[in-house]
Amino acid sequence: MSSEYKVSSEASFVVRVADLHKRYGSEEVLKGVSFAVRQGEALAIIGPSGTGKSTLLRCINRLTEPDRGRIWLENTEITNAKTDINKIRQQIGFVFQDFNLFAHLTALDNVRLGLTKVKKLSLKEATERAMIELRRVGLAEQAQKYPAQLSGGQQQRVSIARALAMDPKLMLFDEPTSALDPELIGEVLHVMQDLADEGMTMIVVTHEMGFARSVCDEVIFMEKGVIVEQGPPEQIFTQPKQPRTQQFLSKISELYGRTSS
Amino acid sequence: MQRLEKLELIWQSLPLLGEGVLVTMTLTISLLGVGLLLGIPVALGQAYGPRPVRLLMSSYERFFRAMPILVLLIVCFYGLGFWGIYVPAFGTAVVVFGLHSSAYQSQIFRGAIQAIKEGQLLAARALGMSRLQAIRYIVLPQALRLSLPGWSNEYSGVLKDTSFVFAIGVTELTRQGWQIAMRTREIFLVFITVAVIYLILTYLGTWLLERIERRLSVPGLAGQRREEHGRVI
Amino acid sequence: MNLLGPFCQTLQDGSFVRLACEIAPRLLQGTATTFQLTVFAMVLGLGVGLLLALGRIYGNKPIYGLSTAYVQFVRGTPVLVQLFLIYYGLPAFEIRLDPFLAAIIGLGLNSAAYQAEYFRGAIQAIGRGQMLAARAVGMTNLQAIGYVILPQALRIVIPPWSNELIYTLKYSSVAYIITTPELMYTGQIIASSPRGPGAFRYFEVFLIVAVIYLVCVLVISKLLDLVEQRVKIPGLEMR
Repeated sequence: MSSEYKVSSEASFVVRVADLHKRYGSEEVLKGVSFAVRQGEALAIIGPSGTGKSTLLRCINRLTEPDRGRIWLENTEITNAKTDINKIRQQIGFVFQDFNLFAHLTALDNVRLGLTKVKKLSLKEATERAMIELRRVGLAEQAQKYPAQLSGGQQQRVSIARALAMDPKLMLFDEPTSALDPELIGEVLHVMQDLADEGMTMIVVTHEMGFARSVCDEVIFMEKGVIVEQGPPEQIFTQPKQPRTQQFLSKISELYGRTSS
Repeated sequence: MQRLEKLELIWQSLPLLGEGVLVTMTLTISLLGVGLLLGIPVALGQAYGPRPVRLLMSSYERFFRAMPILVLLIVCFYGLGFWGIYVPAFGTAVVVFGLHSSAYQSQIFRGAIQAIKEGQLLAARALGMSRLQAIRYIVLPQALRLSLPGWSNEYSGVLKDTSFVFAIGVTELTRQGWQIAMRTREIFLVFITVAVIYLILTYLGTWLLERIERRLSVPGLAGQRREEHGRVI
Repeated sequence: MNLLGPFCQTLQDGSFVRLACEIAPRLLQGTATTFQLTVFAMVLGLGVGLLLALGRIYGNKPIYGLSTAYVQFVRGTPVLVQLFLIYYGLPAFEIRLDPFLAAIIGLGLNSAAYQAEYFRGAIQAIGRGQMLAARAVGMTNLQAIGYVILPQALRIVIPPWSNELIYTLKYSSVAYIITTPELMYTGQIIASSPRGPGAFRYFEVFLIVAVIYLVCVLVISKLLDLVEQRVKIPGLEMR
């Protein structure tokens, strides 16, 4: 239990997570996870499948309810029952592994819906803002297309635009490239890299070690519901302290050979 | 000569049959409306409600689906009289058929809701929508589209079922035919004509619904086309 | 005649339970007729429906055209109108049927059109491969249908077929409009006869009738579910 995060209310931390626990039935998926992310920082969370990375991410905007532990977005405690979670979620962008674009809406309407219905912007304002975001992800020309008419990579970029349009303080990416064909991964990572360069605070659960290493400022290696090791990418990827981290990384590089790309 | 007379008889009874068509269609459309209004909350209750609501809604659905519509109609018709409530037979028919249809429509709608991927709702919540907003802006528009093929089946089913109001004395298409047949004694001829009119109404309606379906269609979001004019079971 | 007679008399005169007790034997007779009607209609529908399905799949042009037209006509028109055509319309051609027979034929020919579609779906679900394989081992077309296609089709058609059975059971109540002495009509007779326990107590009599239908439908659905579980063959299902 790391109390440092609990007492600290440094304004520079965008999100703080303290002693997070989550259990599904008899299986404990998160066994006390604590960390914090500074303003403008990009944090990568890596680790084997089924170690609670996605659950952790979903707990941060309470798409999954944690059993125990506390989470703050700046100075608001997300885990407080009195907090209006819908207000919080407007400030946290979430990008899903399988995009989850609204199937009955065009790309433009996907980006616009949150603006008109949640933020109550006028249609004109919402359209302008949505087009800015679509342009940013390079899809202004596809604005009138439906999700089914877009490639996986394009869909994921629209879903990033949808999240960005809400003006989030924090972006969460849940394995954003795992459902993509290999040749489409690059375009999505490219958009994410631009975001990181612009100083967006983000947490990325990923299997793309190259991305974690070259784009992120901090890397967490998680296994079996706990943080095994945390540090800057250079340290984690070149001289990991924990044997488990070493094993995992060498296995990954055997499989994908992308660790150092 | 005789054949010509028969043709003329049919020709002359067309206006009366037309009046019957009007009543049949008014009944069909009203009952579908009542069924829709009741069916959607029943489906939503079953999909998203707490356990007691789910149980209540599914017993509602099971009751109306197990009860023969004609029996239900007759019981309600006499029941109203028994309790001294006066409702015109047409009104009784709209309500009884509407209740019955709502059970079937809720099933169509529930199937559509279940066909929507869970991620759609999650994504809506992640944007900061409330549960109600997510249902209204994401689930309903998608589920309604997915339901359309089921509805054209329901339309053709209830259109035919409306002929049962014959038993409580509403003068719709079948009863108009009956009256003409009894008067002229050309029973076979008259009912063949009536049957052909039903056939036209069935195909016209399903054609129209298909057009609406195409108009509202969105790439990658299509309901499964089931048996046309199939049993509504 | 009413074995329950002495027991019924212990119930309060004029009460609903007394009525139910007193008319139960006659209603049960009506229920038996309802079941006979349903079973005969289903059997007729099975035979005709199978022929229609084969006609629509393997038939030459005229046969295909005729069976398709039949199926479309029947499925696009109300069963009540079909009953009127048979019971009141056929006498014009010197064909007079009693209400029970007319109802069997009407409901049976109606069901045939739907059963034809279930069979067609089932046969087509089995696929051309099975037919080709049967022909490849030297069977004639008819042998292939008889030994390979139908045994499989009949099995996968069981779920829709049992739905159709429930449907016919419920819709057999329509036969009351042409005075077939089934359950509904029995209720009608009891309530409209000026003497007897049910005289003019339409609502209560039909309420009892409704309960009987409800129980029958629910029990039979349950039984059919059990049968379906029993005869299920892994890997042989529609879709």
